[in-house]
Amino acid sequence: MARMKFLVDAERCIECNGCVTACKNENEVPWGVNRRRVVTVNDGVVGAEKSISVACMHCSDAPCMAVCPVDCFYRTEDGVVLHDKDLCIGCGYCFYACPFGAPQFPQAGAFGLRGKMDKCTFCAGGPEKDRSESEFKKYGRNRLAEGKLPACAEMCSTKALLGGDGDVVADIYRERVVRRGKGSEVWGWGTAYGPGKAGGQPPAKGA
Amino acid sequence: MKPIVLIAAAAIAAAGLAACMEVQQTATPVKQGKYQGKPDTAPWDNEPLAGGPKWNKGDRAGWEDQIKKRQLAQHEDRRIYQ
Repeated sequence: MARMKFLVDAERCIECNGCVTACKNENEVPWGVNRRRVVTVNDGVVGAEKSISVACMHCSDAPCMAVCPVDCFYRTEDGVVLHDKDLCIGCGYCFYACPFGAPQFPQAGAFGLRGKMDKCTFCAGGPEKDRSESEFKKYGRNRLAEGKLPACAEMCSTKALLGGDGDVVADIYRERVVRRGKGSEVWGWGTAYGPGKAGGQPPAKGA
Repeated sequence: MKPIVLIAAAAIAAAGLAACMEVQQTATPVKQGKYQGKPDTAPWDNEPLAGGPKWNKGDRAGWEDQIKKRQLAQHEDRRIYQ
């Protein structure tokens, strides 16, 4: 069973913002709402500058889901965290709970009035008829129902951003790191990806 | 040893061990939320689009196969050398 996840390779991200543009275009995200954005640390420091693309990470134990006072969040069978905009009251609790700053709130009027929460849907739409006009207007395009992956990951030119089943993208990343011979020395590597040193366990065939 | 000393020692030990117990830190048991919104259909419960990846409506395994193909297309080493 697939558990949909994003994985970002900071060694590859070139801060082109192609993923941000792809997301904006694919889902016609309104002005002021950024479902995905690129974060850069040590900007301008030669050799130390790193960028990662951040959006909803579709947590297995999602804090947004835990704090929502109207229980508008749900997790699909393939592990995507979605919400019902008809139920959302725009309180902003999920924004404070989320460690990635994923929930976004369109400014619905004057005086800073907040609209209903909007976030990355892993291009999986929401609780409306799949691929319908109403689903597109509220949640954006449902690419999973078309048998496709999120536009941001498929558009990434350097393949820094990987999207899909957590096991499959982790295997791709592990194999990549083993090939380049750098990166598997970091703390927690073994827990997340298993043996990663040269000569370590290669990914399963066809994985 | 006098019984009173033994009883006192046992009481002190019991009190000491009680301090190691995990106490309830929430005022009330946490309420586990339950989704209150509309139901959503699974992506494989749709007819595939013309010209796109193919699977039979409702065939989860077929849909997962198509998604897996696209996932592996993100792996440039395999895409090139296959």
